[in-house]
Amino acid sequence: MKTQYARRGEATAADGLLPTATPLQLIDADGHPGGNPGSLSLPEPEVLVELHRRMVLGRRFDSQSTALAKQGRLAVYPSSRGQDACQVGAALALRRQDWLFPTYRDSMAVLTRGVPAEETLTLLRGDWHCGYDPYQYRVAPQCTPLATNTLHAVGLAYAARLKDQDQVALALLGDGATSEGDTHEALNFAGVWKAPVVFLVQNNGYAISVPLAKQTAAPTLAAKGIGYGIPSLLIDGNDAAAVYAAVRAGVSRAAAGDGPTLIEALTYRIEAHTNADDATRYRASAEVSGWLSRDPITRLEAYLRGAGLLDDSAAARLTAEAERLAEDVRERMNADVSVDPAELFEHVYARPTAALSRQRDELLSELEEPAS
Amino acid sequence: MSRVVSSSTESAVSPAPAAAPVTMAAALNQALADSLAADERVVVFGEDVGALGGVFRVTDGLAARFGERRVFDTPLAEAGIVGTAIGMAMNGLVPVVEMQFDAFAYPAFEQVTSHLAKLHNRTRGRLALPVVIRVPFGGGIGGVEHHSDSSEAYYTHTPGLRVVTPGTPADAYLLLRQAIGCPDPVLFLEPKRRYWSRETAVLGMDGPSIDRAVVRRPGRDVTLIAYGGMVATALEAASAAVEEGWDVEVIDLRSLSPFDDETVAASVCRTGRAVIVHEAAGFGGYGAEVAARLTERCFHYLEAPILRVTGFDIPYPPPHLERFHLPNTDRILDAIARLQWEDGDRG
Repeated sequence: MKTQYARRGEATAADGLLPTATPLQLIDADGHPGGNPGSLSLPEPEVLVELHRRMVLGRRFDSQSTALAKQGRLAVYPSSRGQDACQVGAALALRRQDWLFPTYRDSMAVLTRGVPAEETLTLLRGDWHCGYDPYQYRVAPQCTPLATNTLHAVGLAYAARLKDQDQVALALLGDGATSEGDTHEALNFAGVWKAPVVFLVQNNGYAISVPLAKQTAAPTLAAKGIGYGIPSLLIDGNDAAAVYAAVRAGVSRAAAGDGPTLIEALTYRIEAHTNADDATRYRASAEVSGWLSRDPITRLEAYLRGAGLLDDSAAARLTAEAERLAEDVRERMNADVSVDPAELFEHVYARPTAALSRQRDELLSELEEPAS
Repeated sequence: MSRVVSSSTESAVSPAPAAAPVTMAAALNQALADSLAADERVVVFGEDVGALGGVFRVTDGLAARFGERRVFDTPLAEAGIVGTAIGMAMNGLVPVVEMQFDAFAYPAFEQVTSHLAKLHNRTRGRLALPVVIRVPFGGGIGGVEHHSDSSEAYYTHTPGLRVVTPGTPADAYLLLRQAIGCPDPVLFLEPKRRYWSRETAVLGMDGPSIDRAVVRRPGRDVTLIAYGGMVATALEAASAAVEEGWDVEVIDLRSLSPFDDETVAASVCRTGRAVIVHEAAGFGGYGAEVAARLTERCFHYLEAPILRVTGFDIPYPPPHLERFHLPNTDRILDAIARLQWEDGDRG
């Protein structure tokens, strides 16, 4: 049936837009290749080795950060343990010129993108809101308000297209964030503009305490893509190979001018929402242990050992590298934080206003007064 | 660089600029056209800004002249417009976006307050967001509900934003050019009741900087402080006050944030009396901040309490009732009359 409205082409069919009913998988939970590859193909061996290495490093960074939060050295730490495959697979799939738009739970992805651990943890330690130069790593500041970063990613990507630059933006979001209006607007803008963006939804089952069943009535989160004319993939988010391959495919599509891709990765948050949360109030320990047995690192390690890509001595070297990283993080985070109260006024505007300069001077003279 | 506005939508560059009658809408259109022509990083987008030229025609002809890569329509979603503008600015563009009406900008509030205003600070100055958000604001045009809000205080209470509003067509041109050239994000409030006011002027870049207030009418007895749509109202009241024997100075604030303490305090310390005029509700309104700042700086010069003439503390009225709500000459003169005059105070 033809309508009187001008539409985007003649096709109204959903061909190619819907995700598969079961998640795509390249390496199964026991480390066997095959699974349910669909359109995805297994990354090269050196990529798989690197995915494993970065997950081991990321996991150690994450456990060290959780410990530092418990010791009071970090103001808070939202762990991404369990989501290691999503974090590392996504970050490694980006090319040098691409941009990552992470949330507060994506510290492992930020680290994997090349941001030094100390700069990654500045926000969570609490000495400033963002510790790294976004342009140096092409990593946007970690976003605390949910879903707002998705629109920034679309805007940055569309600007690249307007400037004829080959640049793709990857927006990270969680299952809870898909309920926010900004996610809807970002998917819609991206679809209409054919913006070179990849949306990766890390569906870890919970928005703090609220389970997915209370978040959406959609059959899957990936299924939402069809409403925006965006092709979507449902993948096993604990399979680093699948995450890497899916994000890579999205990046390639975007770079070719074919527009955005929506990926839903099924995974699980092993730790509580943050160190301040008590997850036993809303989920059963059997559920957690079930997911622990589907650990993304164990799975890839089994595959690599089976394929002759990892042996005991390489594994021992990697463990030692991870311990050195943890030690470095401990040392840096246990050092006293140096903060400058004058800086509070420095970056509000490109140049401090007269009023802000007065307030800075008032604060500094207040600090100079001898303690009585 | 000075340009003269022609009646056509094409910008006409005159070798010898001459003063010509121009509306505020046309002056804003000219400012956008000249900014697009001067800087290829500038992009203009929003709802209906393309083929239609905006519901107030401020972007009239720009899409045709500069093409769809520079001037384009977006899906109908204000958070989306501001959120994507942030991303574009991160990638080196200078977005100038339009919110169709004041109250329809509220869906973008989180993007404005949590990100646009804060990303420069969040990143220790590494990430600048030279975004301009144009918001037609205020009443007086017979608009139905949600089309006449004065939303300035929501934005002035947000550190990191600049909030400016022009009172005259020539200043609309200058301020918008300055806003587009400013490295900080700017909320640009356009007094929609003045879109069609005419002024004979040469549009150019000469004038006060973006953060300065100006004295629109010098006077000795009392300082009237106004902005946006109330500047013309304050000037009318100042003219009417002559008959009563009051010599009224009128200040057009232009920049609501940052606030030009110097210019305004100097005037009030000189006149000793001040009345602040705005359409927005008085309670918690912008005038309260102005009154507090002036009290702090001018207390010993004041002959009377600083008064405010504002809209009532009510939701904006329907069209047939708005005339009872909006500040007008009579209310301003009544306020001036209450400034504890004694014989010999005037002139």
